[in-house]
Amino acid sequence: MKAAVIVFPGSNCDRDLKVALTQSMGKQPAMVWHRDTTLPEVDLIAVPGGFSYGDYLRSGAMAAHSPIMKEVVRFAQRGVAILGICNGFQVLTEAGLLPGVLMRNHNLKFVCKDVFLRVDQNDTVFSSGYTAEQIIRIPVAHHDGNYFIDADGHAQLEDERRIAFRYCDETGSISDTANPNGSLSNIAGVLDPSRRILGMMPHPERLSDPMLGGNDGRAMFDSLISSIS
Amino acid sequence: MNVQSNVTPELAAEHGLTPDEFARAVEILGRTPNMTELGIFSVMWSEHCSYKSSKKWLRTLPTEAPWVICGPGENAGVIDIGHGLAAIFKMESHNHPSYIEPYQGAATGVGGILRDVFTMGARPIANLNALRFGSPDHPKTRHLVSGVVAGIGGYGNCIGVPTVGGECTFHSSYDGNILVNAMTVGIAATDRIFYAEAAGVGNPVIYVGSKTGRDGIHGATMASTEFDDQSDKKRPTVQVGDPFTEKLLLEACLELMATDTIVAIQDMGAAGLTSSSFEMASRGGMGIDLDLDEVPMRETGMSAYDLMLSESQERMLIVLKAGREDDARAIFEKWELDFAVIGRLTESGRMVLKMGGEVVANLPVAPLAEAAPEYDRPHRQTPARPEMLASDIVPKMSIKDALLTLIAAPDLCSKRWIWEQYDHMVMADTVARPGGDAAVIRIYDSNRALAITTDCTPRYVAADPVEGGKQAVAECWRNLTATGARPLAITDCLNFGSPEREDVMGQFVGAISGIGEAARSLDFPIVSGNVSFYNETNGKAVQPTPAIGGVGLIDNLDHTAHIGLDKPNLAVIAVGATTGHLGASIYLREIGGSENGAPPRVDLAAERRNGEFVQTKISSGTVSICHDVSDGGIAVALAEMVMAGGNGVTLSVSDTADHGWWFGEDQGRYILAVDQSAGQKLISDAQEANVPARQIGVSGGEVLELGREGAISITSLREAAERWLATYMDA
Repeated sequence: MKAAVIVFPGSNCDRDLKVALTQSMGKQPAMVWHRDTTLPEVDLIAVPGGFSYGDYLRSGAMAAHSPIMKEVVRFAQRGVAILGICNGFQVLTEAGLLPGVLMRNHNLKFVCKDVFLRVDQNDTVFSSGYTAEQIIRIPVAHHDGNYFIDADGHAQLEDERRIAFRYCDETGSISDTANPNGSLSNIAGVLDPSRRILGMMPHPERLSDPMLGGNDGRAMFDSLISSIS
Repeated sequence: MNVQSNVTPELAAEHGLTPDEFARAVEILGRTPNMTELGIFSVMWSEHCSYKSSKKWLRTLPTEAPWVICGPGENAGVIDIGHGLAAIFKMESHNHPSYIEPYQGAATGVGGILRDVFTMGARPIANLNALRFGSPDHPKTRHLVSGVVAGIGGYGNCIGVPTVGGECTFHSSYDGNILVNAMTVGIAATDRIFYAEAAGVGNPVIYVGSKTGRDGIHGATMASTEFDDQSDKKRPTVQVGDPFTEKLLLEACLELMATDTIVAIQDMGAAGLTSSSFEMASRGGMGIDLDLDEVPMRETGMSAYDLMLSESQERMLIVLKAGREDDARAIFEKWELDFAVIGRLTESGRMVLKMGGEVVANLPVAPLAEAAPEYDRPHRQTPARPEMLASDIVPKMSIKDALLTLIAAPDLCSKRWIWEQYDHMVMADTVARPGGDAAVIRIYDSNRALAITTDCTPRYVAADPVEGGKQAVAECWRNLTATGARPLAITDCLNFGSPEREDVMGQFVGAISGIGEAARSLDFPIVSGNVSFYNETNGKAVQPTPAIGGVGLIDNLDHTAHIGLDKPNLAVIAVGATTGHLGASIYLREIGGSENGAPPRVDLAAERRNGEFVQTKISSGTVSICHDVSDGGIAVALAEMVMAGGNGVTLSVSDTADHGWWFGEDQGRYILAVDQSAGQKLISDAQEANVPARQIGVSGGEVLELGREGAISITSLREAAERWLATYMDA
């Protein structure tokens, strides 16, 4: 498998994502600067977390208009897998590749902590390494993770089984207290209709190494390798 | 230049220059300075920039060790951590601005200390913050906590450097002067460290980063005077931070540093373009001709005075090798940052500023930078306080209730509400997250790590500055040791009231003497730091607060320790001598309602002996659970270990154990836990090393069983510890 990580001014999880991908792939992804207009031939495009353009306008809004994003959209149309994490998720919604918006957290504060997620869909290239409804623990770190979509859109996501992960508690119960940001229906990650594009607020790359206190993120990167290569 | 000047002694006084200092300025120039020159004198000779009241005493501190690459005097301290790498770090105060405008004050404090570290070639890997707020009852405290925490998070989260630790305590002495001390640690290759020493006549002087605006003019002067009731009017002197631009500046500078184009580089921090240009020129014995028309400006109509005194953020001054301007420019253009050649180095030894085709200032560099005034201010020793015995203190509640009260108290309770607002995991190297003795941050792409902490117990320093100064260093050393790290060096951030008062100056002199003594005894040199005086309002000073930031090295991440009792059936062993010292303790303050008594003595030889024993046991893989004993004594330390690890403890304590045993703050102590089969061997090894050690309990179960004093469930402990701060802030 070949992968590329897009780097915007203000991206700050690009190196973390490179490390996690390298660990699973056995080789490094290409790091692609946002102003580039072509992408190398790859099977996966990863859009990292951070504060692209400082998130000064609206999270992800400016980055969605970076030159490289035209190429990302073109690759998406060809069915290349795209993973957006945190700010990357925000960029993909702003670019129209995923539905919905990420609003400011319900308590208006930045939140950084481990959360539990229920794997609602494990029949995707991103999640085949998890069992159905597996409970995993990985961190969130964001100010704007409060996912919202209108009722019709929400119904469509549910009908088409496109809610990839939901915030839950340690036992798998989906509740308000387990929801770190107020997101609709505890949504932590969503898929596009092709199920080849995933956006998620939590950071699997941050717990893909037992030395850091957990390894539940690793299966996502391993899933990609086994599904794609 | 036009040497006519309308500067009067009154105007000089308004700029904070004393009559003597103004006379000295006139003597140095051989004429009366003009307005721009007066502004430059005023910031260069401010307490904040010149250290004029502290220099005499700072010189007494130990700053050398075989592993020290660069001690105080540069942008930050540099130590060798092996494998071709150096750790570069410093702690700095941003107290005055944070009180006036907490969000921006704290944010730009973080931005400033980050620049001090990456200007030397390091990629920052961790931020810490030592915060002191006023009494929780004070009407401003909640607003200040909220703003400072949001500001620190807003900056650190965006730039993508994890905020991994620090302190947060409350005391009424900080009601009118909070302390916001920010520390950054970075890592660089030992052969790619950049200094701020200008060299090479004709080399270009480059300005990079953000444009210059009118913000922050006189920030350094503000930080060099005490507050009064009108201090809120100083809001315009607080700078505004832009962490996104700083992220670009960081990446652009590191990219430039990978080339061989830089001669010298320094960030524009306090006193902006003035101090960066003067300091670089002074270190290299050079002069500089600056063309101020070339400075990128945010607004029109700025004067030379404004440009030289602005503290606009996210700016750097670089001396490049002549002819390499285009290579450097390409990098900054890629990152969409301003890049301007604003001057050249000369051999004149003078700073010559031109604007609009005219010379607007012409000053000799050395007398301003190096021959700044230096004062030996009168100082009065803090009167010794009587020793206080535990038996002199009447217990006001049961041990169990006292413990629940203490872990719920503002100073000891969980600070989760704060650190969950900080991204403490970005860069994916955070091995020990906030809440332990020290943060443990892996060195990228290795199995080694740095342990980092900040410490100070201001109530001890207030009670006895010498012992308090020793204790701050010893506790920092102990916290690093408790992770299994070898403590290497410290940075100090010395926060005091007005040095013009003899009692405050006495506290400063005493604390320096204690810090120096402990640093020498523990081989723990001071490699960087900052002095913040004038932390007082209407004549009321803060508790003396010499915050100590320490860095230690863990050679093998497979052999470290954490505080959580995460297994049952472990022998719980107390290391170090317990006498039950309650004077100046947190128990006495929170339960006894008194801040009296002498603080615990620090026996530095015992401290070192006990710590080296513990560190050896951790780094050899024998011990992996360890916590230092500090505020709140053995009882609080045990409660913290139980809460962190989810296993209770059943204690076997003598029936004669009184509140001194449970809550006394004797120094040089640790609690360890090992398999019961290994407990006896550990204790006999300790005895052989002349280190007091004895088993005090066994881990397991759902409660902390306090012998005959009863038991507290883990759930109740956690509820008590987590309750106060979140409730207070969300009220």
